[in-house]
Amino acid sequence: MPDFVSTFLNWHVLITVWPLLAEGVGTTLALATLSLPIAICGGLLLAVLHGLESQPLRSLLIVYIDLLRAIPPLVLLIFIFYGLPFVGIELGPITAATLALAMNGSSFFAEIFRAGLEGVPRGLREAARSTGLTWWQTMASVVIPIGVKAILPDLVSNTIELFKETSIASAVALQELLRSAEIAQGITYNPTPLIAAAIIYLATLWPFVRLVSRIQKCSLPIS
Amino acid sequence: MHALLRHFFYFSSVLPHWRAILDGFLLTVEMSVLTILVGIPLGLVLAVIRLLGVKAVNLLVMIYVDVFRAVPQLVIIVIFYFALPYGGISMGPATATVAALSLVLAALAEEIFWASIGAVPKGQWDAGRSTGLGFLSTLRYIILPQAIRMSVPPLTNRAIGISKSTTLGSVVAAPELLNITGSLQSNTANPSFLTVGALLFILLFLPLVRWSRWLEGQMQQRKV
Repeated sequence: MPDFVSTFLNWHVLITVWPLLAEGVGTTLALATLSLPIAICGGLLLAVLHGLESQPLRSLLIVYIDLLRAIPPLVLLIFIFYGLPFVGIELGPITAATLALAMNGSSFFAEIFRAGLEGVPRGLREAARSTGLTWWQTMASVVIPIGVKAILPDLVSNTIELFKETSIASAVALQELLRSAEIAQGITYNPTPLIAAAIIYLATLWPFVRLVSRIQKCSLPIS
Repeated sequence: MHALLRHFFYFSSVLPHWRAILDGFLLTVEMSVLTILVGIPLGLVLAVIRLLGVKAVNLLVMIYVDVFRAVPQLVIIVIFYFALPYGGISMGPATATVAALSLVLAALAEEIFWASIGAVPKGQWDAGRSTGLGFLSTLRYIILPQAIRMSVPPLTNRAIGISKSTTLGSVVAAPELLNITGSLQSNTANPSFLTVGALLFILLFLPLVRWSRWLEGQMQQRKV
């Protein structure tokens, strides 16, 4: 047991590499702060566009969304980071990672928002329009608020997924939390930094995981 | 435009390497199938264990599920591959990836099964028991068939997601499709390999994504 502790939970190692890990946490938070809002707004925009009564536009959006849902995010990131420079588009690791996460994330958010918006009864829209609200006003003050409420658990859950996905940026040498932990492990020949990184992710996301379970339990149709 | 074609769609240069790429593709499929075959049954077992209602055991299951939902999959893979050997557990990169992803999928599947079992009306339990079936028989013949049917669309989504995550194995050098096409690309400075890789992933996953969309539509129709 003491062996286990000195190997996997070595306090001394943790203190030594802490500055490196802290820097990684900062980069991870920065990446999440950049990519999450773009992904969420992009997803909402795609869903609203999908709601317009135009069949060609709809089909086009579905193709785009399904393609992005079919490509693994790491493949997209590697393509953006290592492939695009060949045609003169050179993006730094953080820009490339933000772009990949935003594109991938928006397709999943689009699906969630679409389900939410389609769940709003038609009569409500018609009622709103008949009181003289414009299409945009109907969307902004009736359809979106009602639709979003129903899909809140999915939204939080997908936000957690996207936050976790920031770890793939380590593959293009962005020194976020996972990459920092890998470097620290390489320096100290001790796995404690990796375990510490996992614990930091856990501590950050656990409240939100609980929150999702909570809301889901409330909306479960148990008779 | 010409540069675009020459760099990204120079397929004749990719052709000689078809064997390696095919091997990578097959490993991707193999890893996905194994992960699903281990992860989903394990999730079902955990959900059934939770039904027995032993407080201490339930707490353990819930902690397990929460941990694997909150920690990124890539972090778990890296821990399995780089940290576990310090504890005397060594695995190859593909095995480490499959082991890590199976445990993640089990946690996700447990949640789905648990919610579905909870969504089967209580009367079904009572009816089953009152006809003389025991707890396990009621579960097996009455509750689970209904619960599993409800679980299919969300499980399909999770299974597709976890299959896409096998690409994370490339980080620990599991020779799956992304790893193979990525290293061919960097060895030959020819991004056409990445295009081919991306196209093969689309070929593999797009039908699955379309299928899951159709499944969801079916379920919605049944509800109405």
